Amino acid sequence: MSAEALLVRMRDVRFAYGEREVLRGIDLTVRRGQVVAIMGGSGCGKTTLLRLIGGQIRASSGRVEVDGRDVGEMGADALYAMRRRMGMLFQFGALFTDMSVFDNVAFPLREHTDLPASLVRDLVLMKLQAVGLRGAATLMPAELSGGMARRVALARAVALDPMLVLYDEPFAGLDPISLGIIGQLIRRLNDALGASTIMVTHDVHESLEIVDYVYFVSEGRIVAQGTPDEIRASSDPFVHQFVHAEADGPVPFHYPAAPMASLLEGGGA
Amino acid sequence: MNGVTRVLRQLGAMTINGVWRLGFATRFLLMILWYSGQSFRRLHLTIREIYFSGVLSLLIILVSGLFVGLVLGLQGYETLQRYGSSDALGVLVALSLVRELGPVVAGLLFASRAGSAVTAEIGLMKTTEQLKAMDMMAVNPIARVVAPRFWGGVLSMPLLAAMFSAMGVFGGWLIGVVFIGVDDGAFWSQMQAAVDFRNDVLNGVIKSVVFGVAVSLIAVFEGYDCVPTAEGVSRAITRTVVSSALAILALDFVLTSFMFRGQ
Repeated sequence: MSAEALLVRMRDVRFAYGEREVLRGIDLTVRRGQVVAIMGGSGCGKTTLLRLIGGQIRASSGRVEVDGRDVGEMGADALYAMRRRMGMLFQFGALFTDMSVFDNVAFPLREHTDLPASLVRDLVLMKLQAVGLRGAATLMPAELSGGMARRVALARAVALDPMLVLYDEPFAGLDPISLGIIGQLIRRLNDALGASTIMVTHDVHESLEIVDYVYFVSEGRIVAQGTPDEIRASSDPFVHQFVHAEADGPVPFHYPAAPMASLLEGGGA
Repeated sequence: MNGVTRVLRQLGAMTINGVWRLGFATRFLLMILWYSGQSFRRLHLTIREIYFSGVLSLLIILVSGLFVGLVLGLQGYETLQRYGSSDALGVLVALSLVRELGPVVAGLLFASRAGSAVTAEIGLMKTTEQLKAMDMMAVNPIARVVAPRFWGGVLSMPLLAAMFSAMGVFGGWLIGVVFIGVDDGAFWSQMQAAVDFRNDVLNGVIKSVVFGVAVSLIAVFEGYDCVPTAEGVSRAITRTVVSSALAILALDFVLTSFMFRGQ
């Protein structure tokens, strides 16, 4: 695969919060135009991966490259220049609560461009039209449902036509209809913008419908990867447990403890 | 022995934490000053904060100023008339207000009304990831959110203190001249003669500017540094009010000892 075809490349990336090692040698690539999902249980280091790609934190060792440049070695200006070409959707949208829907989507345009107000207006309404919320432009974030807020945040994330869009748990807490809408929007916007997408999620079935490639992360390592078809057909015990939502397997149901029998015999907790 | 060690350890940890926070707050202030140029270029952001911190605090400041002036008028007259100096009521009311009560009480009210609101707003923005989102959009939250709120407070505080003092003088006049019957001419002329612009009024203004910087810095710092949970925000608000009050009273002592030495 040529280097130009790759937008994101992580090589042997390690990261620790103090003493606690969260990522233990991650190798991952995202090609241009691809929608990639990173899946795994809660607390396995998925969101940390996104934060490393966005440059919010720096790897303890290894290399995180975005568009051929090492994110870990970027200064503040270079980091902001990269982020201008990046969009990010936070778990609960992170809309600015003191601004209307329109102003939220207009925010990146007003901050980073000198476009006349009429053009900003047209662009914002086009983005809102794409997520089906042009009619909600004057509402405040507090007046939106969870799914609508996520769609507005999506419109804001793609306001500057980014080369890479990062999604942190885009499906969390949504009803099945909103979930399907967001899923389809992620795919459609990615293809329409010619962007690449990295999505951190634990919603297996919705994700397998829309992504090109999946990485499974467990205990800070990539334990499985493949296209959605390969994942569905996989006999890997971790993938099987995850895809079929089984309570016990490689990811144990019980938090480590002494056997119950020893407790009943008076051996303590 | 263990108990003593534990206490010493806790004391050490508290000291280290205090020094660390002080260092962080200083670095934070330098960052605010560094990014102030960016935020002043979009003046509407600071004007909006002057409205929220200053204009919306006007009512509590004016009402409190009036009551403080009324009490000063009553207490002052009560004492002065014992020595046959009730004509000096205007001087007493005005000096008390412009030198001390105006900056200090307005500062305390400002910390509880505007400082706590600023901490809550920034803290909630942090809790709901709005600051992170802004940073990921390549917009610096210190330039866009913190600096305008800091300057909004710094610019509002001296104006509020001045209005507090003016309202207090009016309250003193109302009680002394209108209700008790102190001579109107003596009230104003003695005040004009005794209150010095440089020594009294200007020193009062300097105090209110220093308090404005202290309260605004504490408010934005506590909001930005809070633990991003509901409990964390509530603790940060409490810390803002308590630290601001202590900072105002301590700084007032330091400033007074430099400004008024009984010469």
